[in-house]
Amino acid sequence: MAGAYYEKIARINLTTGEIKIEKLDLDLAHKFIGGRGLGTKILYDEGVATVDPLSPENKLVYITGPMTGAAAPSTGRYMVVTKSPLTGMIASSNSGGIWGQKLKYAGWDALIVEGEAPEWCYLNIVDDKIELLDAREYVGVKSEEIDEKLKEKHGADASVLNIGPAGEKKVLLAAIMNDKDRAAGRSGVGAVMGSKKLKAIVVKTSRTKLDNIADIDALKAATKRSMDLIKANGVTGSGLRALGTAVLVNIINNVGSLPTRNWQESYYDQAEDISGEALAEKYLVRPSACARCPIACGRVVNINGKVAGGPEYEPLWAYGANCGNNDLNVIDECNMLCNEYGLDAIGTPCTIAAAMELYQRGAIKEEECAGVPLEWGSTKALIEWTKRMGDPETELDWLMSSGSARLCEHYGMPEISMSVKKQEMPAYDARGIQGIGITYATSNRGGCHVRGYMISPEVLGLPQQLDRTVIDEKAAWAKTFQDLTAVIDSMGHCLFTSFAMGAPEYTDLLNAATGTNWTVEQVLEIGDRIYNIERMFNKAAGMKPEDDRLPKRLLQEPIVNGPSKGMVSQLPLTLPQYYEARGWVNAFPTDETLKKLGLDECIGK
Amino acid sequence: MIEVRLFATLREGRGKIQMLNASEFACAGDIIRHLDIPTEEVAILLINGFHQKPETPVKDGDIVALFPPVGGG
Repeated sequence: MAGAYYEKIARINLTTGEIKIEKLDLDLAHKFIGGRGLGTKILYDEGVATVDPLSPENKLVYITGPMTGAAAPSTGRYMVVTKSPLTGMIASSNSGGIWGQKLKYAGWDALIVEGEAPEWCYLNIVDDKIELLDAREYVGVKSEEIDEKLKEKHGADASVLNIGPAGEKKVLLAAIMNDKDRAAGRSGVGAVMGSKKLKAIVVKTSRTKLDNIADIDALKAATKRSMDLIKANGVTGSGLRALGTAVLVNIINNVGSLPTRNWQESYYDQAEDISGEALAEKYLVRPSACARCPIACGRVVNINGKVAGGPEYEPLWAYGANCGNNDLNVIDECNMLCNEYGLDAIGTPCTIAAAMELYQRGAIKEEECAGVPLEWGSTKALIEWTKRMGDPETELDWLMSSGSARLCEHYGMPEISMSVKKQEMPAYDARGIQGIGITYATSNRGGCHVRGYMISPEVLGLPQQLDRTVIDEKAAWAKTFQDLTAVIDSMGHCLFTSFAMGAPEYTDLLNAATGTNWTVEQVLEIGDRIYNIERMFNKAAGMKPEDDRLPKRLLQEPIVNGPSKGMVSQLPLTLPQYYEARGWVNAFPTDETLKKLGLDECIGK
Repeated sequence: MIEVRLFATLREGRGKIQMLNASEFACAGDIIRHLDIPTEEVAILLINGFHQKPETPVKDGDIVALFPPVGGG
């Protein structure tokens, strides 16, 4: 067994029921690390970019990184990599909990699921044994409930990944859930799982630690250095545990960049009501943590007497300010509904916000709303439309469950969709914070903040404070953040470790665990390679240069209220700088760039 | 008057908002000292929505927002 890899991939063909064990190509693993990088490379090589995302030809890769489950900070992560039915491009959705660690401990670097089962089924994995079982009795069962049912059947030590009713119905905003309230949330990965009639994957393992580390002493030393940084850092050492990501509501509002009422405004007068401080005061039961995580950003809250996973910053904003709603209890409830139906808790409320603007403008008529008008701030609408999107029946239910881009296109107002590459943008207005707009526009998976979190330097001052209002050097910063993020996602660490740790720490951990001898520069080049293979996947999938864009509102409509009043995004100036930094022309890598990154197989494609 | 907004752990014992007489403070750092907040506990200092340093002057009508080290995503 090579350091930190078990060198074993299971390929499961659901059409035939055949389960094959394949040996991991170790050279390829070192070149793309694992997780997001290796998963994308596998799909690129197997020609998945050109298939229909909801056809049997699409493939779902559930993949760990070499660090997943290692005795190092925040290593409970795995990735779901596939072709997205929402964007038509690469999807790689990250999740925590303990499922990924158990999959790794069971001895699997990855599962590749292909085909389409004749009947609803689920996978049961116990160490090196994998079996396909009948799931017909679980059809229609919500995520939390099936988690409990499958644990009753297979034992409390099992970890369950599943789709809810949304995934079953191939809703384009469907997530894959694991461990009840953790989600591989974005890009409609749950719909792909539903298209294959795969309801769940249960994992049990007798292994209790990663027993194939290349250099245990070196890993212990690297882990100690990283843990010291995490403990000493105010964000990772205590801030996230105390208030979770929800603490951002007040910060982002105070810099006038909290999108409100579908980004028509950027400052929300009632932000305090939906803030992390209010959540902690009124509903918090305790913080929670994923496997091997000292940060504990998760929230367990009391929702109308039920103790459940609480909202992070994104749903607090999306169901709150972005829908003109300041009822925190209703946000908690809607977040729980997203978990139960298996819905993206960003895309779903952002699509409701877009629908509310369509309603405000008279495009959606009251008679279409089946008794629940889409009025700003209507708590009834937020709850009811979330349920309808999770289990759609009427034409408008289906349209809304397909995301804001398709919804707004249908009503002839595509500019109302606050999305990039058909995926809804998250909770930071790119007019008030210039660098995050580069991340949104160039993200390979569409509107997303966790592919290069420029909020860290531009608002939080980590690792240093940049002026959020200017564009100087932002393109180069965005590229570096994107490359380092690709490394972290591929290793199996949580991105939040990067508030305290930098490229040297990740390099030390990777070398210790896998036995490689990379320099920091080489590790960042791997990140660059991963970003480029994703881009080449998108090119093969039909992406056009004009897909690297921001909604017109951010470029042409200055912010109307709050501290950032009057600002617009300067993306037309920063995008050429970004392409130059990447070695790209018209949104795609040149042959020279591909050669430099060792992606010769992509040259001429 | 200067409106001082306090967030997260900085609220403990100080409340959410304090209205202070502008004539008593030359710069943001004076306010931080007045509120008995150790300098290292202030990770983000905003004046009227823009990041500033403790030595930045303050004037009547300003909104000063103070945050401890916090993050998220």
